[in-house]
Amino acid sequence: MGLYTEMFLTFAKIGSFTIGGGYAMIQMMEKEVVEKKKWLDHEEFMDTLVVAQSTPGLFAIDMASHIGLKLKGFKGGIVGALATALPSIVAILLIAMFFQTFKDNVYIEKIFMGVRPCVVALILAPCFNMARKAKVNKKNWWIPLASVLLIAAWGVSPIWCILAAGIGGFIYGKIKI
Amino acid sequence: MIFLQLFYVFSKIGIFNFGGGYAMLSLIQDEVVNKHHWMTVNEFTDIVAISQSTPGPIGINCATYTGYTAVIHAGFPTWAAVLGAVLASLSVIWLPFLLMVSISKFLLKHSKSKEINNMFASLRLAIVGLIAAAAIMLMSKENFGDVKESPFVFFVSITIFILSFVGTRLYKIHPILMILLCGLAGLLIY
Repeated sequence: MGLYTEMFLTFAKIGSFTIGGGYAMIQMMEKEVVEKKKWLDHEEFMDTLVVAQSTPGLFAIDMASHIGLKLKGFKGGIVGALATALPSIVAILLIAMFFQTFKDNVYIEKIFMGVRPCVVALILAPCFNMARKAKVNKKNWWIPLASVLLIAAWGVSPIWCILAAGIGGFIYGKIKI
Repeated sequence: MIFLQLFYVFSKIGIFNFGGGYAMLSLIQDEVVNKHHWMTVNEFTDIVAISQSTPGPIGINCATYTGYTAVIHAGFPTWAAVLGAVLASLSVIWLPFLLMVSISKFLLKHSKSKEINNMFASLRLAIVGLIAAAAIMLMSKENFGDVKESPFVFFVSITIFILSFVGTRLYKIHPILMILLCGLAGLLIY
């Protein structure tokens, strides 16, 4: 089996079995890529984490494309990114087709009437952990508060908040002694 | 032209996405629901629930689903919608990919620098706000029911919201199990 095929299968597998994304995905990626395939050592894997965290885009796909890039250059990166994305594209396409057919079904609507408030709670719940990890304190609490108000109350595009926070932080880092 | 719009919007969402799936929600909602009206608030909330319980990154899931429905709503046949779904999904990926290819070496060398560290510290703070904003924007009449018109639905929704919050945060119930339980509750109650 060629390295490209092997890469494709490995990343497609990671893409198919990580539900909800996040840390479960990182563990699975490490097991496959470092322990089983030995494509990277632990330190190189940590580098991949740093790169994925510091570039925009989807975490799983950033990681897969960086690993592909290390193994086979530009083409390897493309294989990694596409293989990771493919399973979810196929799964959601099937679901979208199903919903176009059954969207007016009364039972499905009932189910989702129960699910919608739960989704809002699921989005809100990790905020508190994230606030702790982001080290919210007496000096910087206004940054998250300002972004909430700008986006939710005044309808400002989140893009402006990201730009302001990124550029502001960079400049602050430059002038701080 | 719907295909060009999908390409532009999802490329923008891809390149400004720092901080993972949830951070992306407010970006997607702003563009897809508020500006372009490709999805209703209800549809958007439903697709978040579906994304939670299906494989793959939430950003790709939303892009695929939006691409498909937006093209169907514009009056095109199914094959064009499949094309739109694939186009939207790839649009999320390509810019961050090119950026990563060009700066990954530079990043690894400078990831400990003061400027980069501070930039990410303040991005992380803003992202907490972004995610909270996504949740707040979804606390709407469409998702919770109207207090005056349908007080029963509103009451049930608030109860489900509180139970889900407490269940996942304090009792560490798995999100997928929580979604299934709430779906079952909806089916039985309404």
